[in-house]
Amino acid sequence: MTRLVVAILFVVGFMIQAIAQEASETSGTDRTATGGAQTLEDILKRQRGEAVDDQFRRDATGDPDSAAAISSQLGTLGGTSDAELWRALRYGSADVTVSSGGLPATVLVQDGGMRWLEFRQGPLARYGGYLLLGTIAALALFYLTRGRIRIDGEKTGRTITRFKAIERFGHWLLAGSFILLGITGLITLFGRFGLIPLIGKETYADIALASKWIHNNVAWAFMLGLVMVFVMWVIHNLPDRTDINWIRKAGGLFSSNSHPPAKKFNAGQKLIFWSVILLGGSISASGLSLLFPFELPMFAKTFAALNATGIPQLVGLGVLPEQLAPHEEMQYAQLWHAIVSFVLMAIVIAHIYIGSIGMEGAFDAMGSGDVEEQWAREHHSLWVAEVTSSADGEGKPESAPAPAE
Amino acid sequence: MKAIVFATIAIVVITVGSYMVLGQIGFSSADRSVGDAVRLDDEDRP
Repeated sequence: MTRLVVAILFVVGFMIQAIAQEASETSGTDRTATGGAQTLEDILKRQRGEAVDDQFRRDATGDPDSAAAISSQLGTLGGTSDAELWRALRYGSADVTVSSGGLPATVLVQDGGMRWLEFRQGPLARYGGYLLLGTIAALALFYLTRGRIRIDGEKTGRTITRFKAIERFGHWLLAGSFILLGITGLITLFGRFGLIPLIGKETYADIALASKWIHNNVAWAFMLGLVMVFVMWVIHNLPDRTDINWIRKAGGLFSSNSHPPAKKFNAGQKLIFWSVILLGGSISASGLSLLFPFELPMFAKTFAALNATGIPQLVGLGVLPEQLAPHEEMQYAQLWHAIVSFVLMAIVIAHIYIGSIGMEGAFDAMGSGDVEEQWAREHHSLWVAEVTSSADGEGKPESAPAPAE
Repeated sequence: MKAIVFATIAIVVITVGSYMVLGQIGFSSADRSVGDAVRLDDEDRP
């Protein structure tokens, strides 16, 4: 779990670093030759993609002393020049008044949009795609080398109820909605260069419109499923001592006849559970921010909290921006939403594999709810002992072994 | 398998329901781009 959190922090760190607006150098550049304006070196640096500290331009917005005199050439505006006005608009310091539309409508120029677009179409799509394809390839390799994990012992013909109907309903509500959200999200991200060349713009337009509608509205089913699953299973997913042994033996995944004891959920399942809850919760939060544009900004506050911890400075990111235009909030929300979704999709693909073709008898747990007793003894021995002992002591409970139908 | 069927039905119901409810209260990402910000009533025109 800790490794996962650290990995996510690093990914986010690199992302932030890539699109950070603040430069940490060139503050001492001599610009007297240009009268304080940007120099050829500044322009060349930007063209080379290097960071340029543009504080000297941010500050040059509306100081009457730096404007041309009204009697001079280009001085017809009096105290403020056109260039200063445009700079003020660009850096968000212009005094803009709008009759409607609220704060977002006062932002007339927001050049961070290009950085967002380039990152979304470039590294985000590229490395996100690699992550999903790499996960599928790794699972295929695992299947080819390990094969399907079979039930080692002799089947008993008896079954144990592993999940009640309401538990399976919550699982499939979450799973079904996540698959829909994943597919429609991927269509939205990869459609322009992945689908349009294949199906044309007009067909893609219809698919994209439908994807957006599905994505926006199915999100509520996902959030409901997330809450249901958390409430039903959190008590069974608290870490305990058995997890250490399970992890040390890698759950017996890489060797036959190795079945470390586990309760209702083993350490691997707990890892899946907390990934789904934490990453799914974060995806939901950023999704709500996107669903209600400009209403739920959260990144400026998050950056301020992170800056207070000193972690961004420690890992070389410098001070994260604490003043964000409403549009920048949306851009960060979209990137975060997509990055975390890619990570969760990769984890869920592995979960789907092991719950279906990867392990004999596993799907029954979420299919019918009843599992072969021998399967349960091999993969959740402590849970079976718990169930059978309570059956012996208090009459036959719902989970007690029963003859298979 | 009943759980899968019921969950699928629930997803459809919640999806259509959220579309209708959010549309009723005027909160949807689609509506944001056609709101008052870009529409002037006759009396507002200069």
